Amino acid sequence: MATRHQKTLARLMVSPSVLLLLGWMIVPLAMTLWFSFQSYNLLSPGMEQFIGWTNYQYFLSDPAFWTAMRNTLLLVGGVLVITVGGGIALALLLDQPMFGQGVVRILVIAPFFIMPTVSALVWKNMFMNPVNGLFAWFAKAVGAQPIDFLAQYPLMSIILIVSWQWLPFATLILLTALQSLDSEQMEAAEMDGAGTLAKFTHLVLPHLSRAITVVILIETIFLLSVFAEILVTTNGGPGYQSTNLTYLVYSQALLQFDVGGASAGGIIAVILANIVAIFLMRMIGKTLE
Amino acid sequence: MSMMLRGLMGACAVTALTLPAMAETLTIATVNNGDMIRMQKMSKPFTDANPDITLEWVTLEENVLRQRVTTDIATKGGQYDIVTVGNYEVPIWARQGWLLPLEDMGEEYDAADILPPISAGLSVDGKLYAAPFYGESAMIMYRTDLMEKAGLTMPERPTWEFIYDAARKMTDKEAEVYGICLRGKAGWGENMAFLTSMAHSYGAPWFDKDWKPQFSGEKWKKALTDYVTIMNEAGPPGASSNGFNENLALFQTGKCGMWIDATVAASFVSNPKESTVADKVGYALAPEGEKPQMWLWAWTLAIPSSTDAPDAAKKFVAWATSKAYTEQVAAAEGWANVPPGTRTSLYENPEYQQAAPFARPTLDSIMSADLQNPTSVEVPYIGTQWVGIPEFQALGTSVGQQFSAALAGQASVDQALQMAQQIAEREMAKAGYPK
Amino acid sequence: MARNISQSRRWGFTILAWGAALVIFFPILWTILTSFKTEADAIASPPKFLFFDWTVENYAEVQSRSPYFRHFMNSVIISVGSTLLGLVLAIPAAWSMAFQPGRRTKDLLMWMLSTKMMPAAGVLIPMYLMFRSFGLLDSRLGITVVLMLINLPIIVWMLYTYFREIPSEILEAARMDGASLRNEILHVLTPMAVPGIASTLLLNVILAWNEAFWTLNLTTSKAAPLTTFIASYSSPEGLFYAKLSAASTMAIAPILILGWFSQKQLVRGLTFGAVK
Repeated sequence: MATRHQKTLARLMVSPSVLLLLGWMIVPLAMTLWFSFQSYNLLSPGMEQFIGWTNYQYFLSDPAFWTAMRNTLLLVGGVLVITVGGGIALALLLDQPMFGQGVVRILVIAPFFIMPTVSALVWKNMFMNPVNGLFAWFAKAVGAQPIDFLAQYPLMSIILIVSWQWLPFATLILLTALQSLDSEQMEAAEMDGAGTLAKFTHLVLPHLSRAITVVILIETIFLLSVFAEILVTTNGGPGYQSTNLTYLVYSQALLQFDVGGASAGGIIAVILANIVAIFLMRMIGKTLE
Repeated sequence: MSMMLRGLMGACAVTALTLPAMAETLTIATVNNGDMIRMQKMSKPFTDANPDITLEWVTLEENVLRQRVTTDIATKGGQYDIVTVGNYEVPIWARQGWLLPLEDMGEEYDAADILPPISAGLSVDGKLYAAPFYGESAMIMYRTDLMEKAGLTMPERPTWEFIYDAARKMTDKEAEVYGICLRGKAGWGENMAFLTSMAHSYGAPWFDKDWKPQFSGEKWKKALTDYVTIMNEAGPPGASSNGFNENLALFQTGKCGMWIDATVAASFVSNPKESTVADKVGYALAPEGEKPQMWLWAWTLAIPSSTDAPDAAKKFVAWATSKAYTEQVAAAEGWANVPPGTRTSLYENPEYQQAAPFARPTLDSIMSADLQNPTSVEVPYIGTQWVGIPEFQALGTSVGQQFSAALAGQASVDQALQMAQQIAEREMAKAGYPK
Repeated sequence: MARNISQSRRWGFTILAWGAALVIFFPILWTILTSFKTEADAIASPPKFLFFDWTVENYAEVQSRSPYFRHFMNSVIISVGSTLLGLVLAIPAAWSMAFQPGRRTKDLLMWMLSTKMMPAAGVLIPMYLMFRSFGLLDSRLGITVVLMLINLPIIVWMLYTYFREIPSEILEAARMDGASLRNEILHVLTPMAVPGIASTLLLNVILAWNEAFWTLNLTTSKAAPLTTFIASYSSPEGLFYAKLSAASTMAIAPILILGWFSQKQLVRGLTFGAVK
């Protein structure tokens, strides 16, 4: 009896959040869905009409679409590899005995607090600029030709900037996980004469797997919608080389003011996001239980 | 005590009642260009003369500004009372009924003084819909010392061939001197402004009379090939991310031999406070091909029809684009720094002619720009370095991305043109041209 | 002997870690340094690290162009407000999800998180139209609610993972003692959950502080936070590195300092239940 009462109460308590989230999802989603079947351009008002699947056709056949898909995956994948790999290395390093560990941790965590717009502006202008940037000066100092990062390696440069922002996050989570590693187990392994590598692969890595999963999950959610960094640095170019799906939708919505086309793009992106979510859920479900 | 309290509350109530009627807040959306930032700093005389008007400045980067303002105006959001827009948008927006006509600007305003090509571009059916804050055309700014060193003399209006030849001779990559700086950053108002006007000069239009895109034509190919070739040989590194501002910084720090760009840059490159080469800058008219390269741009102040303070807004617009404002800037910062390119009277002012060596070529460039006939063949659109249709922003930027990729070496000229043609055909079909 | 080895190892790790930390921190340090240079020094080649004419004129210039304090206050109100509002909604939801899980709880959580992946630009115009109809454009209330909704999935999920680690036996015991549900939450659950709630709060204040799409598009001046303050320093005319640096420093300093002071609390919640 008490349980039923408790359950009803539980439902009641979830409902405000869930209803709000539902509203947040459904109202714009319904509007977006509606607009996606309309020919609706903000710049030519009064021409709205139902046009069926045309917007979807145009979005899917856009020469930028597949490039954007590929870039989205490369961006997410690239940043994940760098931050998880670098995060493990840094976490292992920070876990060692040293002087001034607190200060080191403060320095390492700092990029996580920086606004994406600011970090993109700073990297673009003060580091990657091929004439006045620090990297250019460094290249010239060692007698090399300065590299024009954002023109020649646009996607790689963006991956670098985004990785810099997310590396602290990965490091912190992994470090916390590392610190909970049973030291007795480690000592026992040492007694057995296990080498550093063996200890790492047999003891440390399995222990970190949960933390790694969480890092991947959280980062993926944010990385799928990376936008400010692209807008500030390359505007998706040159060509479509650094256009991801979010940026493609943005360019439809706010450069072309094609509300219909952008809505179709938004719907497609939501569908893709849900596919990713299902995939992630499987992965999480296995590790987190 | 309670008396005092009541009295205070009463006073508050009176203020609260009278405030809305008296004080008006004008929200002004503007672009982060030097002249606009100066306007913000110099607006004290206006607020002193109109204590009932408070000014709120929203200064944004050009693309963000355009996106914000367009969204707001098209949805009638009413967030802005005054917007900074270009002469590309003004006729399109005026026809949609999004802007208020600027009539009765006061006796001293003297609308007839505005340069004819500029005011024609801002009028629809004979009514002015935006007041020009500054106007610009394109010209060549070059380093007289480097030109001399290369053993060349700049003609009054050179040919494109002369430019290419001079650019090669002036280049000294060891010393970080690049013969020519041109826009390469993708955007309809960035690289496509330059490339559209250059192609027009080569006799290559965007569309033929039936709105068919023309990127597969030979003349486009020649124009783009010349552009990519010279930029690779004599341009600065990273040119594909250089827009107006980046090139300005390059020129000011002495890294460019020549720079073909908006005339408004002249007052920055010749300002010794900002420019290390201020005393070595020469000016010439934009190059000549089948037609001279034409360019006409004006940053203007317009009033959205969704404003709730049209009268105050008009008052401000009239003040900011008046002769008196020009004199105020001249008194504070010298004649060379006044907003150029809008009024005939400025170019007749001997003090200005004295202070601004670039006055003559600027005026000549503006007066020679013909929005109706930008190229050697007949076109269905107006515009010199842009095409006056609403779709151009998006289309120009997409095409600009392709040309930027060609400049960065990520695509060949042929590939870029082919992509441009495809994109343009697609977008025009989607938008339902010919209309 | 062993002591010596460990001492030299300690020094080795110290040098390595400090090196890595300085490389990671360098962009921020460089921005702060540049903000005190003149524009000419900011692009000087070779770069000037410490020996230049220190000046604060960039800060004065930035301040004269836009009222920093108002943007700062807006940032504070919006980020803290949206987080507190989010917590009020999320705590009961996460509580019941953690202690009364249904068959679909996991799915519900995942779906909540997936709403975060929706590209904001795709729904901007519908949102803008809605905001206009409700008169919420450029209002702190409107943008606070939007940011709350954006971060709500993360808040719910963080709290959920944190609450789940509270042993339910304690709750059972409290219930045996005849505590009402309200008391259960107030006196038993909350004290145990405070660290988790604190870190959730911190992380979400940071996320809301740095949100740059909705804040830029739905506010104009009165409600505009620091993200719009910085938007006018992206590629202006002429030399701008020093001014950009000064504006950047002003925009990031408050959150950086908050983050540093509270990093211990933050780290605890950042683990998302990843550490057992």
